[in-house]
Amino acid sequence: MIKHLRSAADLDAETATLILDTAAEMAALSGREVKKLPALRGRTVVNLFYEDSTRTRISFEAAAKRLSADVINFSAKGSSVSKGESLKDTALTLQAMGADAVVIRHSASGAPHRLANWVEGSVVNAGDGTHEHPTQALLDAYTMRSRLGRLDGLRVSIVGDVLHSRVARSNVLLLSTLGAQVTLVGPPTLIPLDVAAALSPSTKVSYDLDSVIPDSDVVMMLRVQTERMQDSYFPSAREYSRRYGLDLPRMRNMPEHAIVMHPGPMNRGMEIAPEVADSPRSTIVEQVANGVSVRMAVLYLLLGGK
Amino acid sequence: MAYLLKGVSILGGKPTDLHLGDDGLITDRSDDKAEVIDATGLVALPGLVDVHTHLREPGREDAETVETGSRAAALGGYTAVCAMANTSPVADTAGVVEQVWRLGREAGLVDVQPIGAVTVGLAGKQMAELGAMATSAAKVRIFSDDGFCVADPKLMRRALEYVKAFDGVIAQHAEEPRLTEGAQMHEGEVSTRLGLTGWPAVAEEAIIARDVLLAEHVGSRLHVCHVSTAGSVEVLRQAKARGVRVTAEVTPHHLLLTDEMASGYDPVFKVNPPLRTARDVDALRQALLDGVIDVVATDHAPHAVQDKECEWSYARPGMLGLETALPIVLSVFGEKWELIADRMSIAPARIAGLAGHGGDLTKAGSPANLTLVDPSARWVVEPGGLASRSSNTPYAGMTLPGRIVATFLRGEATVLDGKAVK
Repeated sequence: MIKHLRSAADLDAETATLILDTAAEMAALSGREVKKLPALRGRTVVNLFYEDSTRTRISFEAAAKRLSADVINFSAKGSSVSKGESLKDTALTLQAMGADAVVIRHSASGAPHRLANWVEGSVVNAGDGTHEHPTQALLDAYTMRSRLGRLDGLRVSIVGDVLHSRVARSNVLLLSTLGAQVTLVGPPTLIPLDVAAALSPSTKVSYDLDSVIPDSDVVMMLRVQTERMQDSYFPSAREYSRRYGLDLPRMRNMPEHAIVMHPGPMNRGMEIAPEVADSPRSTIVEQVANGVSVRMAVLYLLLGGK
Repeated sequence: MAYLLKGVSILGGKPTDLHLGDDGLITDRSDDKAEVIDATGLVALPGLVDVHTHLREPGREDAETVETGSRAAALGGYTAVCAMANTSPVADTAGVVEQVWRLGREAGLVDVQPIGAVTVGLAGKQMAELGAMATSAAKVRIFSDDGFCVADPKLMRRALEYVKAFDGVIAQHAEEPRLTEGAQMHEGEVSTRLGLTGWPAVAEEAIIARDVLLAEHVGSRLHVCHVSTAGSVEVLRQAKARGVRVTAEVTPHHLLLTDEMASGYDPVFKVNPPLRTARDVDALRQALLDGVIDVVATDHAPHAVQDKECEWSYARPGMLGLETALPIVLSVFGEKWELIADRMSIAPARIAGLAGHGGDLTKAGSPANLTLVDPSARWVVEPGGLASRSSNTPYAGMTLPGRIVATFLRGEATVLDGKAVK
């Protein structure tokens, strides 16, 4: 088993599949009256969050607690970090406290890679800057597999601000590893350079959502921050929504079995219409539930739980 | 003291004896009292000249001082360095440039030639008192806002024109700031993979293209700092072919390293302009061979530990260069001594207006500014073993060819047996 999960590229097909299969076992557990496993009793998991992200933090917290680990939540606000403590010094402090795993969310790309130099325990990337969010990709893959029965050969379209999206990078890497065919869709200003060479040679790019939709098994909408307008990535929220938003007419053009995903939080009415978000095709709520199972599997396997 | 360098090879030529008189000049007369140095197997080069060094004093003496930087320079074979203006306070007045110049004289290891800021506080708004710096004791000739681009085209035009009065030159840090907001590394495949904001090559090329046109229009000299892209080379090639008075530098790291080095997010590889692609590296090497790029300059940029031992995005850009420049150039180009002497001593001395440096070692009466290199020696770069106060070298652990055995500044040894004399 790998030691750290810093990038979805850390996972080969075998390891990724093992995580998804383990997550399925974990999910079965949540149907039981007692939801707890003793697997990580006596182990310490630190949630080191430099960015506010209640959703991701509580998901990791629930995952660790269901495995009986001791959980320490370390949020940068109101801590030594706000007094100017460096990542290295924080890492050495956590090391001294005996952290077996550190789950880190940070606004700087690559912060988990830096952290892994300074702690002995496992490092799990819970989102770093505009780089990656590998457990999100795992829970997305898990959701696709449970809804559609497979990942190999699946046609997945990821739509929106790919340039700034850590979710998109991790998804391209993981889905390609697992045999899915990914198409990135968005205005040219929001598609990064040389994306196929950078991430996976099978990755396709399209600037035309309407042409992609009928051939998609999965349409994954990314959050688009309205402030990107000020930086000339697109002229207005209205134009963005018209060209790249998923509304009802577009959803009707999707194949009958196709699903709609969104990593949240959503801008309803911007990249996704409320009717679409709340439709039976939408897996948005399921994704959240699956997140806990997948993170349990990741912690369990990284920490060698028995 | 007089020296006799026995059996030395000047620029790779046949072994000969080189006499350094006690008047600090090269002489053809022997002196019985001269100290004899067995220079068998050693190559003599005119003392290297760096047109782009950050000595950090005043302001960041925890990263480097004029004295520690001078020592690093001497150990790297340099006899003169041009100290960049982005100190604190900024070297934008006669007072600050004279202070740096005086600190250099007190250290006495290399000639420290201050560079003056083009604009007050490097802010790019108001021209600094360039004339006062030019007529100060420091006799500033190169002006640069290095670290920042003089982005305002009108201000750049005026600065280019204004310094003609005292034969000055503007050294431009070519970076269109609007195209590099938040930039962390070269924009391309690797930045896409790493999720770091890209610094597009065109941000450099667009400024160089504009500036060669401005220099041509007003008939002024322009020097381009740390050229890093293949596209910039093409712009310079065309401008030189038209007769524009433009010179350019390339750093050792841009001749060797690529953006792939960023993959582990170790900020020791973060530098501005950023490391580019292998294609750019090839173009820069060819440009230096062709003379489209005139000089190798180190952009020696010491940083304190805490400014590098952190997240990539928070780290300061820059890397050490003085003690590794010649070995890197040797490893890239081999023992092309004439080329090395021109690009690392003669041409930079000419650009900086440093008479007395980059002289002809075979000519009696030339100032005895030279360095002795053992080209057969190999050494492993250990960050803690460098003379710089900082240790942010990107070459840690690499085995490099060429060791500096001795350096002489006006006939006085600053380095002997590979060690600084003071």
